[in-house]
Amino acid sequence: MKKALLVLQDGLVFEGEAFGADGEAVGEVVFNTSMTGYQEILTDPSYKGQIVTMTYTQMGNYGINEEDTESSGGPKVEGFVVKEYLEYHSNWRSRGSLGDYLKRHGIVGISGIDTRALTIHIRNYGAQVGIISTEDTAPEKLFAKIKDHPGIGGIDLARLVTTKKEYKWFEPLWQWGGKDTTELRTHKATSDTYRVVVYDFGVKFSILRNLAEENLDVTVVPASTPAEAVLEMNPDGVLLSNGPGDPEAVTYGIENTKKLLGKKPIFGICLGHQILGLALGGRTYKLKFGHHGGNHPVKYLPTGEVEITSQNHNYCVDIKSIGDKVRLTHRNLYDGTEEGMEHVELPVFSVQHHPEAGPGPNDARHIFKRFREMMNQYA
Amino acid sequence: MPKRKDIKKILLIGSGPIVIGQACEFDYSGTQACKSLRELGYEVVLVNSNPATIMTDPEMADATYIEPLTTEILEMIIERERPDALLPTMGGQTALNLAVELSEAGILDRYGVELIGARIHAIQKAEDRDLFKEAMEKIGLEIPRSAAVKSMEEGLEAIEFVKFPAILRPAFTLGGTGGAVAYNMEEYRELLENALKLSPVSQVLVEESVLGWKEFELEVMRDMNDNVVIICSIENLDPMGVHTGDSITVAPAQTLTDREYQRMRDAAIAVIREIGVDTGGSNIQFALNPSDGRMVVIEMNPRVSRSSALASKATGFPIAKIAAKLAVGLTLDEIPNDITRETPASFEPTIDYVVTKVPRFAFEKFPEADPALTTQMKSVGEVMSIGRTFKESLQKAIRSLEIDSYGFDERKTDQDKLREGLKTPNSERIWYLAEAFRQGMSVEEINELTWIDPWFLNNIREIVEFEDRIRNSVQEILENPELLQQAKSLGFSDRRIADIAGLTEEEIRKTRKNLGMRAVYKMVDTCAAEFEAYTPYLYSTYERPMYKLKSKDSETGSGNSAECEANPSDRRKIMILGSGPNRIGQGIEFDYCCVHAVFALRELGYETIMVNCNPETVSTDYDTSDRLYFEPLTLEDVLNIIDVEKPEGVIVQFGGQTPLKLAVPLEREGVQILGTPPDAIDRAEDRKRFKELLHKLDLRQPESDTALSIEEAVKVASKIGYPVMVRPSYVLGGRAMEIVYDEESLVDYMKRAVKASPEHPVLIDKYLVDATEVDVDAISDGESVIIGGVMEHIEEAGIHSGDSACSIPPHTLSSEVVEEIKRQTRALALELGVVGLMNVQFAVKSLNQGEDKIYILEVNPRASRTVPYVSKATGIPLAKVAAKVMAGEKLRELGLVSDPVISHVAVKEAVFPFDRFPGVDTILGPEMKSTGEVMGIDLDFGLAYSKAEASAKNQIPEGGKVFISVRDEDKRHVPEIAKIFIEEGLGVVATRGTAAYPKDRGIEVEVINKLKEGRPHVVDLIKNKEISFIINTIESARARQDSYYIRHSALQYRVPYTTTISGARAVARALKGFRYRPLTVMPIQEYHKKD
Repeated sequence: MKKALLVLQDGLVFEGEAFGADGEAVGEVVFNTSMTGYQEILTDPSYKGQIVTMTYTQMGNYGINEEDTESSGGPKVEGFVVKEYLEYHSNWRSRGSLGDYLKRHGIVGISGIDTRALTIHIRNYGAQVGIISTEDTAPEKLFAKIKDHPGIGGIDLARLVTTKKEYKWFEPLWQWGGKDTTELRTHKATSDTYRVVVYDFGVKFSILRNLAEENLDVTVVPASTPAEAVLEMNPDGVLLSNGPGDPEAVTYGIENTKKLLGKKPIFGICLGHQILGLALGGRTYKLKFGHHGGNHPVKYLPTGEVEITSQNHNYCVDIKSIGDKVRLTHRNLYDGTEEGMEHVELPVFSVQHHPEAGPGPNDARHIFKRFREMMNQYA
Repeated sequence: MPKRKDIKKILLIGSGPIVIGQACEFDYSGTQACKSLRELGYEVVLVNSNPATIMTDPEMADATYIEPLTTEILEMIIERERPDALLPTMGGQTALNLAVELSEAGILDRYGVELIGARIHAIQKAEDRDLFKEAMEKIGLEIPRSAAVKSMEEGLEAIEFVKFPAILRPAFTLGGTGGAVAYNMEEYRELLENALKLSPVSQVLVEESVLGWKEFELEVMRDMNDNVVIICSIENLDPMGVHTGDSITVAPAQTLTDREYQRMRDAAIAVIREIGVDTGGSNIQFALNPSDGRMVVIEMNPRVSRSSALASKATGFPIAKIAAKLAVGLTLDEIPNDITRETPASFEPTIDYVVTKVPRFAFEKFPEADPALTTQMKSVGEVMSIGRTFKESLQKAIRSLEIDSYGFDERKTDQDKLREGLKTPNSERIWYLAEAFRQGMSVEEINELTWIDPWFLNNIREIVEFEDRIRNSVQEILENPELLQQAKSLGFSDRRIADIAGLTEEEIRKTRKNLGMRAVYKMVDTCAAEFEAYTPYLYSTYERPMYKLKSKDSETGSGNSAECEANPSDRRKIMILGSGPNRIGQGIEFDYCCVHAVFALRELGYETIMVNCNPETVSTDYDTSDRLYFEPLTLEDVLNIIDVEKPEGVIVQFGGQTPLKLAVPLEREGVQILGTPPDAIDRAEDRKRFKELLHKLDLRQPESDTALSIEEAVKVASKIGYPVMVRPSYVLGGRAMEIVYDEESLVDYMKRAVKASPEHPVLIDKYLVDATEVDVDAISDGESVIIGGVMEHIEEAGIHSGDSACSIPPHTLSSEVVEEIKRQTRALALELGVVGLMNVQFAVKSLNQGEDKIYILEVNPRASRTVPYVSKATGIPLAKVAAKVMAGEKLRELGLVSDPVISHVAVKEAVFPFDRFPGVDTILGPEMKSTGEVMGIDLDFGLAYSKAEASAKNQIPEGGKVFISVRDEDKRHVPEIAKIFIEEGLGVVATRGTAAYPKDRGIEVEVINKLKEGRPHVVDLIKNKEISFIINTIESARARQDSYYIRHSALQYRVPYTTTISGARAVARALKGFRYRPLTVMPIQEYHKKD
C-alpha cells in the first residue's frame, strides 16, 4: 500500500496510506461528525479550501452513486482524511468505489490514521492548515510548504465555486422508488408559481431540490450578479445560498444584498445568512473549529421546538450586533451560538444551519415552506 | 417543561426472572429509572419477583416488593401503596403486559393510577397487529403483507394472500416465543396451532416472509414537546429470519447512504408519533430489500428493550435514565448530557467506532434442542465490543464470548457440512463464514447461501486473508512492528496470532511489549470527540502513533506514541472483573455481586475500575464505577488495562468463573489478587488437595474414585455402591454429569465418555439417595466468619443447586444439624484463609436412628449464585460486606458480630427455558438448565413457597386434579402426599402402578390410563384442562423415554408440574398453609426492619 502523510501547520504528523488520487493537497483541516453522507460532504461546495476528516471510521461502505451529489463536477473538498477506507462497497444504488471516484476527480485521500486523535487536536487547538501528500514522504518538506500559509480567512472562495452561467433548476427531492431524479434536472417547469432567484455562493443541490419540491420556479445566478440584474428579473423571492469561507470576503454579495433588502423577500442559508448579517450592519466571527455534522440541536425560539440539524460553518453572525432590526429565532443548544434571525419589518429571514439536509436530518426542511409563505404574503 | 408536581408516588414494575428474551437489561433499565425518579424527588414503589437484581436492593426504592408479578398481587400492592402513577415501560414485555391487564381489569381506574410513559392506547396500537397495520398505512409506510388470525380457519384464509414462505408470530409473547417460518401447508397448520396456543390472547400474525432482507433497528426517544431524537442505528449482520436477539448486530448502520438512512429516520419518527408513545424510548425494526431498497416496518416496541440497553452502551446515551425523566414531564433539552456536561440530551449521539453485539447460546445444555436459529429467540446472553473498525470490533466480540475462541479459529469440515452451516443460521455460522473463505468460496457464493450483506462478508474475507499473511511470515511477526501493529488493529488477539503462527500467546505478548506496542484507550463520549467528555468510559484499540516535528529542521519527532485517553488517576484504586456474557450457570447474580463490590469500595473511598463486556448489565453503566473499560475478559485484555491503570489490587471473586479462571495467570504476572488467595481456590478445586483438606478438618465427603476404563468404572462403582454420580474430569460445572443406578447404565455412560475423551478419567461419586442438599453462603475476614444464610434445598441432592428451589431458614432440618453445618463452614473458611465470600454445598442424609450424617459436596471460595437471594432474604448486603473485607476491613468493624437470624421465610425457585426448546425433557439433574430465579417471601414456608412458585409460573393448584406418576422408589411417599391434596379439596389421579400404593392404604385415588393403555388417557385429561398439577418422577433413561409425553404435555398446556418427590412434598405443605392465612404483600424493607 502506498504511504501518505498528513502534516499540520503546528508540526503534527500523521502517517497513513494513500487512497484516491496521488498528489498533494493543502487546505484548512476540519472534522465532520456525520456517520453517513460522505458523498454529499465531498461535493458540498462549502468545503472549498478545506481538507475534511471524517470522525466516523468506516468510509466507502456504500460506494458512490449518481444521485447523491451536492454539486456538479465532482468533489469540492481539497483532501479527504479517514480512519479506514473500504474498497468494497455494498448498496443497491452503488455505481463504484469511493476511491475510484476520488481518483477520477483528482482528490487526494489518506487513510489509516488516528482520526480521533486528529479531531481532539483540532478541538483543542483550532482548525488549521494542513497538507496531505502521497508523493513526498519527508514530513519536514511538507511542513515547509505550509508553515507560512496564511490560512483561508479573508479569501473569497465563493468566486471559485459559483456558477459561471445562470441556469434553471427542476429536480425535486429524492424519493425511494421515484423516477431517476437526475433526469429532472433538465426538465422544464410546467407550473406558474413563485419565481425564486438563487444567489449561488456555492449552492448545494439539496437547497435547489427543496425549492423545486415546493414547486417554485428556480433560477440560479452567479454570485457576482448585480442586484439590479436580479431586480430586473423581478423574482418573488431571493435565496442567498450557502458557500465556502469567510463572509467578509464576499463584498459584492454583501453590497448586492443591501440593495435587495426591502425590495424582495430574502431567505439566507449559512454563508447567505452571514452575508445577510453583514448587509444588515452586523458583524461575523470565526469559530475555533466550526460546526460540521448532522446532529446539532437547534431550538426554534418562538415555539421551543428542538430540531436536529445539519451543520457546516466556520463563521457565525453576532446577531446582537445588528441591533433591534432583527429578532433572534434560532439558537444552537450545543454551544449557545446564534443560528437564525428574522427582520422585524422586512420579509427577510435566515438560518445558519442547513435545513436542506444533504447530508443530515430533515427536521428543519419545513423552513422552505415558510419561504414560500413569505413570498405568498408579499407577492 | 418542569417535572410534574401532581404526581408524587410512582409504581415501577420489573421484568421478573431472567428468561430467554428478557434478561438483565431490564435490571439495568429499572435501576436507572429508580435512580432518576428518586433524584427528581419522587417516591418509588418497585415490584419484581427477581431477587438477583440491583433494582430490588432495599436502597433503590422507597418500598420494594419481591412478589409474584400477577394482577392479583399488583392490585394488592396498589391498594396498599396508592401510587399516583405507573411507569410500565422499564420492565420489558412483562411489565407492559401487566399494565395492559391492570388497565383492562379496571384496576388502574379504580385506584386512580395514571399510566405514564406509554398510555394504554399507544401500547395497544404497537402490540396489536391490526391496529399497527392500520397506523402504518395511515402514515404511508409499508409493512409485510399480513393478517392477524385468531383461529385455524382464519389462518387458512390468510395464507391465500400472504403466500409462502410465511412467518408466524404469536401476539404478546416474550422474545417472539412460538415465532416460526412455514414453507408449506402441512408445516403451516402445525405451526399455527402451536402459535395460537402460545399467544395469551390466541392471536397470531401470519406474515409475508422477508427472509434474507437486510434488517435495521432505530432507537428513538420522544418528549412531551414532541421533540424526537434517534439515539442509535443498528444493522444486523444476520439478515431477516433470525430473531434480532440471536443476530450479530452492528452499530451504527453500515450500508445505508445518508438519503436512505434519513428516509428510515423520518419513518421512525413518524412511527413513534403515530403510535403515540408520549415520552420515552421505543425501538423500531425495519427490513430492506437488498436488491431495490424497498423498506418495510417490522415492529415497534413502545418501551425500553434489549436493543435500547445495547444502544445505551453503544453510544453512552442512557436511554432508560432519560426515558424515566421524560415520563414525568421533563423535556430532552432540559436534561443535561452527563458525559459532556455542557450539552443537552436533545441531540443525536454520533460515534467514531464500531460496536458489535454477538449473542451467546447454550445449546450444549440442551443437546436435544434444534440448534437452527429462527424468529424465536434462543440465545441466553450477549457480548458487546467496541473497536475503531468493524473488523477489530468483531474479533474483540468473538473473544468476549468466552467459548474458548480467540478469533476465527478453523472449523474444519467438508463442503456439504460447510454449506449447510452457512445456509441454515446457527450459533457457529460466523466461524463457518471464515472457513468458507479459507476453503476458497467467493463473497458471491457465500452471499447466495447466507444472504449476509457482501460488506460484512468482505470484512471477514480480509481478516482471513490477513491470517494467511501471518501464517506465511512467522518470523516477520516477531520482528516487523508494522505487521504486528496491523494485526492488532484488525483486532487479532495475541492468542489467535500465536495459534496461526505456531507460537505461544506469551511470545506474542513479549514481542509486542518489546516493540513498545501498547493498546491505547479511547473514550465513548456520545459526540465523536466534538466536545470534551468527563466520563471515563473506555475501550481499547491499536492506533498508529502521531508525532510532532520538533523544530523546523529537526530530524526526529517527539512523543512517538499513539494517543491514549485513559489518563489514569493517582488515587487508590481497585479493579473489579465482571462476569462476561450471561449463560446458564453464570448470570445476573454475579453482575449483582460485582456492582455491590463497586458500591462498597466507592464508599471506602477507592477509585473503582470495572471491566466487563456484557451490555445488558448494571455494571457496564458508565456511572456505576468510577472508570469503565468495556473490554473482553481475557488475560491479554485485562493485563493491558492493568498496565495502564496499575490498580492496587484486582477482585476476581465476584464475577463467577470468568474472572476466577484468570486469578492464577494474573497472579503469575505479578498482579495483586485481593481477598482469598488463588491458592485457596486451587485447594478447593483440586480433587486431591480438597480430599486432604477435608481429612485435616475431619469432615466427611461422599465416597469417590476415578476410572479410566469401563472395567475400572464397574469395579469402582461396585465398591462404592449404586447409585453413583459420574462425570468426566475435563468439564466443569455439571456438564455431562449423570446419575447411574445400575451397571448397564454405567457401561453405557463409560462408552460415551471414553469415546469423547480417552485420556481423561471419569469421576465416580457416591450418589446420596434422598439426601437433603444445603447451600451455605458465608463471609470471612480471615479471623471471624459470618454465616450469611443456610439454605435448605427443596429438591434432593443430585439436582444442580442452581436448578433447585431452596428456603431460608431451613424448613425441615433440625437446629443441631444447622449448627453443625455452620461449624463446618467456619472451619473450612478459616482453614482455607478465605477473605471475602465462600459458598459450601452440603448433603444431609437421615439415617434410620434419627441420626443425620453431613457430607460436604463442594466448596467454592467465591461469590455464589445465591448471594443476592440471601442478601434480599436477610437484609445483609453480603457482597458489599465481602468487598469491604477484601479491602482490609474487619467484620467486627463493619458491625457484623453474629449470624443474621430472620423470623420470616424466603424461598428461591429456579426458572427454566424449556418452553423455548421443544423436544427437551424437563427432568432435572446434575446439569444446570435454569436461566433465572425468583423469590417468594412471607411469614411461613407454605406461603413463601407458593409465592415463589407463582412467580415461576408454576402455580400451586387450589382446585382441580393432581396427576401423580412416580418411580418405584417414590411410591411409598405417595399416600402421604395424596392425602394432603384430598384433604385440601383436590382430586388425585394416578397411573395404575402409582395408584395402587395409596389405594391399599384406603386413600381414594382415580386411576387413569397411560398413553399406551388406551383412552381416555392422561393427555386427554390435560387437554381438557382437568389436571391442575403434575407430579412425575423417573429413574432410568428408558423410563424417561416412556414418560416423556407427560412432561411434554405439561409444558405444552402450561400445567404446573414437579419432577421430584421433594418438590411434591413442598407443594403439599404449601397448600396446607393457604388455609390459615390469606395472601398478603409486604415490602422487603419492612421484613428487614422487623428482624
